[in-house]
Amino acid sequence: MRGDAKSMTVLSPRSAAEAVKAYAKSPAALPFAGGTDVMVGWNMGQLNGRAVLDLSRVAEWKKITVVSDGVDLGSLVTHAQIQAHPVLKKRFPLLTAACATVGAAQIQNRGTIGGNIANASPAGDTFPALAVYEATVRAVGPKGRRGVPLVEIFAGVKKTTLKPGELIEAIFLPFPDKTPTRGAFRKVGTRAAQAISKTVFAGLLWNGKGGVLEEARLAFGSMAPTVRRLHAVERFLRGRRLNDVSITAAAELLTNDVSPIDDIRSTREYRLRVSRNILMAFLKGELK
Amino acid sequence: MSVGKNEPRRDGPAKLTGRALYLDDINIPGCWHGVTVRSTVPHGKIKSIAYDPSFPWDECVVVTAKDIPGKNLVTLIEADQPLLADGIVRHREEAIVLIAHPDRATAYEAAKRVKIEYEALPPVFDMEKSDKVFKSYLIERGDLDAGFAAADVVVEGEYRTPSQEQAYIENNAIAAYEEDGVLIVTGSLQCPYYVLKAMKAIFNRGEDKIRVIQTVTGGGFGGKEEYPSMLAGHAALLALKAGRPVKIAYDRHEDMAATTKRHPALVRHRTGLAKDGRLLAQDIEVVMDGGAYATLSGVVLSRGTLHAAGAYECPNVRVRSKVVMTHTPPNGAFRGFGAPQTLFAVELHWERIADALKIDSLTLRQRNIFKLGSTTATGQILVESVGAEECLQKTVKHSKYVSKRKEYDRWNKNKRNKTWKGIGLAVCHHGAGFTGSGEVYLASRAGVALTKDGELIVLAASTEIGQGTNTMFAQVAADALGVPASWFTVETPDTHKVPDSGPTVASRTCMVVGGLVSRATHDLRRAFEAEFGRVPKTAADLKKAAAALCKGAPARRFEVQYEKPPEVTWDDATYRGDAYGVYSYAAIAVDLEIDKLTCEVRLVKVTTAQDIGKAINPLLAEGQIIGGSTQGLGWALLEEPLFKDGVMINNQLTNYVIPTSLDTPSFQVLLVEKPYTRGPFGAKGVGELPMDIPGPAVAAAVKHATGRMIPTLPQTPERISQALK
Repeated sequence: MRGDAKSMTVLSPRSAAEAVKAYAKSPAALPFAGGTDVMVGWNMGQLNGRAVLDLSRVAEWKKITVVSDGVDLGSLVTHAQIQAHPVLKKRFPLLTAACATVGAAQIQNRGTIGGNIANASPAGDTFPALAVYEATVRAVGPKGRRGVPLVEIFAGVKKTTLKPGELIEAIFLPFPDKTPTRGAFRKVGTRAAQAISKTVFAGLLWNGKGGVLEEARLAFGSMAPTVRRLHAVERFLRGRRLNDVSITAAAELLTNDVSPIDDIRSTREYRLRVSRNILMAFLKGELK
Repeated sequence: MSVGKNEPRRDGPAKLTGRALYLDDINIPGCWHGVTVRSTVPHGKIKSIAYDPSFPWDECVVVTAKDIPGKNLVTLIEADQPLLADGIVRHREEAIVLIAHPDRATAYEAAKRVKIEYEALPPVFDMEKSDKVFKSYLIERGDLDAGFAAADVVVEGEYRTPSQEQAYIENNAIAAYEEDGVLIVTGSLQCPYYVLKAMKAIFNRGEDKIRVIQTVTGGGFGGKEEYPSMLAGHAALLALKAGRPVKIAYDRHEDMAATTKRHPALVRHRTGLAKDGRLLAQDIEVVMDGGAYATLSGVVLSRGTLHAAGAYECPNVRVRSKVVMTHTPPNGAFRGFGAPQTLFAVELHWERIADALKIDSLTLRQRNIFKLGSTTATGQILVESVGAEECLQKTVKHSKYVSKRKEYDRWNKNKRNKTWKGIGLAVCHHGAGFTGSGEVYLASRAGVALTKDGELIVLAASTEIGQGTNTMFAQVAADALGVPASWFTVETPDTHKVPDSGPTVASRTCMVVGGLVSRATHDLRRAFEAEFGRVPKTAADLKKAAAALCKGAPARRFEVQYEKPPEVTWDDATYRGDAYGVYSYAAIAVDLEIDKLTCEVRLVKVTTAQDIGKAINPLLAEGQIIGGSTQGLGWALLEEPLFKDGVMINNQLTNYVIPTSLDTPSFQVLLVEKPYTRGPFGAKGVGELPMDIPGPAVAAAVKHATGRMIPTLPQTPERISQALK
């Protein structure tokens, strides 16, 4: 344990307004939500000398609010809360499935959706689901609020497009206009729990009239520095019939949007092969 | 009778409730924190060591090799490993400078302010390119050429196994201080007397001026066999220079990067067989990577060599083995101690032979397996307690191996199924206790004490490291005396209180040291009978008996020393004879399923029968078997230390992947008890045996499922996917 508590400053705002104010004053402070990633850095001594913005008392951001056109997830909502929510389970099952694969029960109890996003790991398990649900991240800062599409909040490995002094207030999940014909989530990790994903997939599709595909939304994590929607595949499939020929051709386009690497968890080759298998299985309706 | 009953584990409640105090939990008044400055090159000359002048060094104590009063040496087998690098470094993460400070974070900060410059020297990382051999062995039996000449088929194979991290739950941690002229060293360790021996050389002190005390230890698995000798030396150097207690407790990153691991190995087999599957010739070559210093490599290799031909009788055998130097942190003891590496090769090789002969590997094993009266590669005749066949038979039966092979063959032919299924088998022997004449050299002692107040205390240096030693000792002593196990406590391993029972390694604690405890307790029993007329029956009776036996002295001790069984003969020079007093045996069947989309492996069931002579405590024995097998399954499927430029780069539990409870399959454990007449109540070793063969059984199951032989571990989805390309 190399963390040095006495070298650190803890800011403890008691409300959202205080949090924004405190962060504006100390933009170098590290926002602390569930702390499941922060504590790893703390243990390694990486936070010594830093200020920490403890968000644990910001009650406003711990709520899940169902509104007419979607669900508003406070940024401090935990992965466990998401899994237990009946509306989310029914309307956003890929997200609840993703939350159930984050770390293990202990991590799911502490880790928050906002913290997960702000941490901006390329392997974030919830991101592909949030991407296909076209979630919007709502940031709040000294200059007010703004909404950012989920895929645009990430700037790179462990980097976001949040501006200095901006905190994530909520994630808005819009109800899809129509119920998807099919949806699936799949994480391929290093083991059965406490696993970081080698590749992680979420897919939704809507069949249209005459047996052609109306829309597909497909996303992978761990396959690029940030979560990626498969725009080329989605465009190609729109208006086509799903059959072996079209599915094989679509899978060829996978690398237009992802570019995995060899790292200590897996290989580029494995990630590509398995992601292609998962994508094809999803399009064939064989992915559970 | 207590032996054979599931007495609750004595260390269990405190560990379960968090009351057990590990070294870093213990508040030692005035204790400073020690940290280590380590080499950042794999091989080089130290040109200079500079200390940042802006740092308040007067707050610290700093130690380098110059501060060592005696030998700059971690005493083990060869005198080659310095306690602190002096002039030259031979691996990454080698300790060079030690710093102690009252505040842990400041100590770590100070370590960052030390700048060491090197003149780089060329490193060797590939064991096959190393020309420095630490140790080599040759075992020969029969006439190899004649064996091959008579063979109908010759099958060759090459097998590789990776390193492995012990991943004990508590990192290495030691504290040292001086009290009344005695240097006290205390912490997480397996072998108090190894530490004592190392301290004597470093500090030029006699045993009366050094005292080594074990604290509650969060696992060892071999990882705290030799390394604590180094860490104790470091803590003690700092403590003596600071004139106050100093504790060094590694964090996980440092522990994984700097401390010992399993030896990576390469094993080549060339096997001649008759067409009915009888073994006629085995020519085996073993290479292991020792890392930068010899440490225990020679004895690890010895055990690997002695197990290389497997649990099979073959008239003509040659095993050639060597362990070489590379510029990586030294590899060391790890549960199995060289045997899992060579057993992986010999067991998986049966699958190659099966393909060549068109005879299934089960039949091949049955045809060649050790039986009572079989002769091993070293010429040892197995005269008793040979449970290999029974283990195999029980495992095959309870796993439904034969019907599942057929069922899965059918399943795998159906292209519509989303998985491939496979079941694989492996069998092994594992020599219990030290190799060859090792136990004679150790001349271990253990005993029991009776205090005048009627306390009964087991005296042994064997450490409780989570395996149940203390519970087992109490059970053995209780039955030797004929009293309840609750009458016995077990003394803390403390070199000023307990005799040298040798190290807590080599599956020897129950069989060898338990045997000594049993003998010593029999001496006590005879004393009760002679001097008190009977063995006491009640607590009050015991008090009276104690007074009678102690005769005013505070306590009476009964100690015995190891005696070699007369029938055991061994020649170190020729490597002929009885390599071990006895062997334990195991068979395992691994039943698994592979996802066709991702090549992820799901373990369905593990069935294993293990002949351990006698289960002193069946539940603890089963725990050892499930735990050891799971560690073996981790090695088989998940674990792989990755090295770059001589240093481990996945040195954290996020990316060094060990099994979680969700990765652990359902187990069926079948205890086979073929008693060993020289073991306490018939007991043999159990500690390492379960680690030996999950690897080859997994690889055989993967081959059954996919049709592809992957002759290396771990069998990751990446490797399976690659093999299927």
